[in-house]
Amino acid sequence: MENRSSKARVNIADLAFRILAAICAVSIIAVMVAIALQLFAGSTLSMSEFGWRFLIDRSWNPVTGQFGAASSIYGTLVSTLIAMILAAPMALIIALFLVELSHPVLARIVGGAIELLAAIPSIIYGMWGLFVLAPIMQRSVEPWLQSLLGDIPIIRALFEGPPMGIGMLTAGIILALMILPFITAVTRDVLNMVPGVLKEAAHGFGATMWEVTRIVSIPYGIRGIVGAMFLGLGRAIGETMAVTFVIGNSHRISASLFEGGNSIASAIALEFGEAMNDPVFRSVLIELGLILFLITVIFQIVAQLWLVSLKKQGHR
Amino acid sequence: MHEEKPQETVLQHRIEVPPDRGAKVEDFGSLPSKIVVRNLDFFYGRQQVLFDNAIEIKKNRITAIIGPSGCGKSTHIRVYNRIYELYRDQRATGEVMMDGENLLAPGRDLIKLRKRVGMIFQKPTPFPMSIFENVAYGLRLHYAVSRRELIDRVEEALKDAALWEEVRDDLGKSGLALSGGQQQRLCIARAIAVEPDVILMDEPASALDPAATSKIEDLMSSLREKYTIVLVTHNMQQAARVSDYTAFFYQGRIVEFGPTRQIFTKPTEKQTEDYITGRFG
Amino acid sequence: MKPRPLILRRGVDLFIRALSLLSALVGIAFLVWILWDVAARGLAAMDWNFFTKRTGPFSIPETGMANAIVGTFYITLLATLIGVPVGLLGGIYLSEFGRNHPVSAVVRFLSNTLMGTPSILIGVFIYAAIVLPMGGFSGLAGGVALAIIMLPVVARTTEDMLALVPNELRESALALGAPSWKMILQIVFRAARAGLITGCLLAVARVSGETAPLLFTAFNNSHFTFFEAKGPMNFLYDLSQPTGNLTVTIFQYAMSPYERWKEQAWAASLLITGAVLVLSVVARILFSGGHTRRA
Repeated sequence: MENRSSKARVNIADLAFRILAAICAVSIIAVMVAIALQLFAGSTLSMSEFGWRFLIDRSWNPVTGQFGAASSIYGTLVSTLIAMILAAPMALIIALFLVELSHPVLARIVGGAIELLAAIPSIIYGMWGLFVLAPIMQRSVEPWLQSLLGDIPIIRALFEGPPMGIGMLTAGIILALMILPFITAVTRDVLNMVPGVLKEAAHGFGATMWEVTRIVSIPYGIRGIVGAMFLGLGRAIGETMAVTFVIGNSHRISASLFEGGNSIASAIALEFGEAMNDPVFRSVLIELGLILFLITVIFQIVAQLWLVSLKKQGHR
Repeated sequence: MHEEKPQETVLQHRIEVPPDRGAKVEDFGSLPSKIVVRNLDFFYGRQQVLFDNAIEIKKNRITAIIGPSGCGKSTHIRVYNRIYELYRDQRATGEVMMDGENLLAPGRDLIKLRKRVGMIFQKPTPFPMSIFENVAYGLRLHYAVSRRELIDRVEEALKDAALWEEVRDDLGKSGLALSGGQQQRLCIARAIAVEPDVILMDEPASALDPAATSKIEDLMSSLREKYTIVLVTHNMQQAARVSDYTAFFYQGRIVEFGPTRQIFTKPTEKQTEDYITGRFG
Repeated sequence: MKPRPLILRRGVDLFIRALSLLSALVGIAFLVWILWDVAARGLAAMDWNFFTKRTGPFSIPETGMANAIVGTFYITLLATLIGVPVGLLGGIYLSEFGRNHPVSAVVRFLSNTLMGTPSILIGVFIYAAIVLPMGGFSGLAGGVALAIIMLPVVARTTEDMLALVPNELRESALALGAPSWKMILQIVFRAARAGLITGCLLAVARVSGETAPLLFTAFNNSHFTFFEAKGPMNFLYDLSQPTGNLTVTIFQYAMSPYERWKEQAWAASLLITGAVLVLSVVARILFSGGHTRRA
């Protein structure tokens, strides 16, 4: 047998491999920085044209060149809010079902179904929202809501106008469906982390399941649950395809949830094609993208710092 | 001056050192030393865990290192193949001379070193491959070897590790499918396939049942002929059964070192005696 | 002290129990409903033409999505060829070389951030970075955009899976004299194989359903865009051109006023959903223990 591998050759291989791996890891940093820079560079035209007023300007007229981000920001926030109001409690309670109530086999099946829901591409949700949910909203749900709540002052403003099926409310519902599996899965994991001994101790006092959950599990896991909500929110803000199909592409701000609107992501998706040959229009859309990017990044920073402080506490 | 110790009789009853085992005290100076350690300190970050260790590992003998848990035994032998360098904040200073060269010197080729110093771990660590591939792994690393020769050397290593008869019909089986004792012997075969000078064994039998343990101990005795063995064990009976020399470690220091027979029958340090008679640890 | 009425406590408990069972059922119901619609409408519109004819203007009666299917395949392939190796190596760095290095902390943080970045922004980024300089849309741009989406997912999953491998295995390989890179690629990788494959499959599943990043990168194309060449090159797609793909086609068809196109959009949806679900299920079966990173 001859002896192979001289010392020098092997050290070079090790070093080269290490450097290659490091480059790949750092590429993630490079990509993020590049995205930020590109978005910023592409927005400068719009920023110089419209300044800070852009953020609160409600106008949107590609023909005359009047643009404002207000309706898009408003739409993003409102649709996300609706989604969170619908999804968060439901996710919590489904997670509770999975952890406390159901037979372990059932929990695995339902849990698996939740994971499947999470895997479905967002455009499918958009398709379903447009062709299945929207007609139902128009024919049944929205009229019903109007008849139920149409006489209550103030609240009725939310449900005014002809039911069209497409609009802020439908967009919010589809978004809720999209983020529900994600929040449920994370919340379930958080609740699973509650030490059995704590729950047993509470049960030992003669508490009901809900009381144990309320008094022990939720406080123990509250930070993780909040973290899950954060992450869900982050997703909802940037969701594009599901929302684009059903939000209506209108740049008006109105109180009624039945009205159409737009979100930053949907505006970019729907109008970028038109804007490609108009430098100002294009820059406006990129500036919208920059705003979305900043919102998302700030969100991520807050969410991750929150989760880090969670780890320090000893939870996960 | 030592008082007459009634414990002497007690010690002889407690731990039997087989009559043919255990080097004679007089031989110590004349036997060649494979590894000579002086002034060895070891640090985890800022915390020092080994203090001024000095020991001589005799060639082709089994040296056992005993002591209570956490006293630095494993840390000490892990210096011999510098495996601690995998971890950033661990550091060793001092002299570890093997065949006249200081292993701790900065320019030392770790790969060549590790070929000469093999290691067996407490938990058997078969690679996720077939039995054959496991044993062949080290050979392939260091040698350009023909298929024919590879087969011969794998068989030889498995025979020396007392595993050949049990696996000869199914060398393609995954190493993970063997029993714990077999896995450990596989790891030994893997280590000796590259013909090291020294084999470090860190509690090799502590995860095994008594039958498997005694097989490993017999194996150690037979391996002595070709290799220098350093054995870390918390099982004193094992140390007494198997080793020629014994070092007693306590809180990062070598309290006493000498021929096994002497350590177990007439220890010179009180701490050693206390440990051996079970007063602590 | 007055005791709180047991009936009240039990009542609330019962109510919550009923509510949670109901919610779980509602959740399942939606899943079944959506999948049912996709399957039913999709199957109704799937015919032989769908798989053999290419997309075209509405005036042509017989169209399908053959070129879109091929295009999605090639774009996803390109994304995988870029995203997986870079992600694997990045994950190796995070787990094996720079575990406690401050740079790794930054990489991890930005990975999570990148995973949370809306995919349409990545499309806009690539539009500015590749499409504009190249002077036109291309499957290449689309593939790169998808690769960027895959990258952090693969990297973090790799890091997690490699971290599960016990240190003794690494030490055993090193103790035999293996150099670090062999120890990592031959031993650690092998031990973590199942989890790594799962992570990659899930990443591929995720990007194959993406639409937004392709909207202004690969755009769309109603033709097949194979290389015009003799021999084996003819089987490869020329990704320097705008490339037809399923997801953008679904978007365009669904938004169109034509019934026939909308039906075809459902068929394409079924195809995509089926592929994604099969990939996800296979991945989970491969690695049924433990958690994979939630992308």
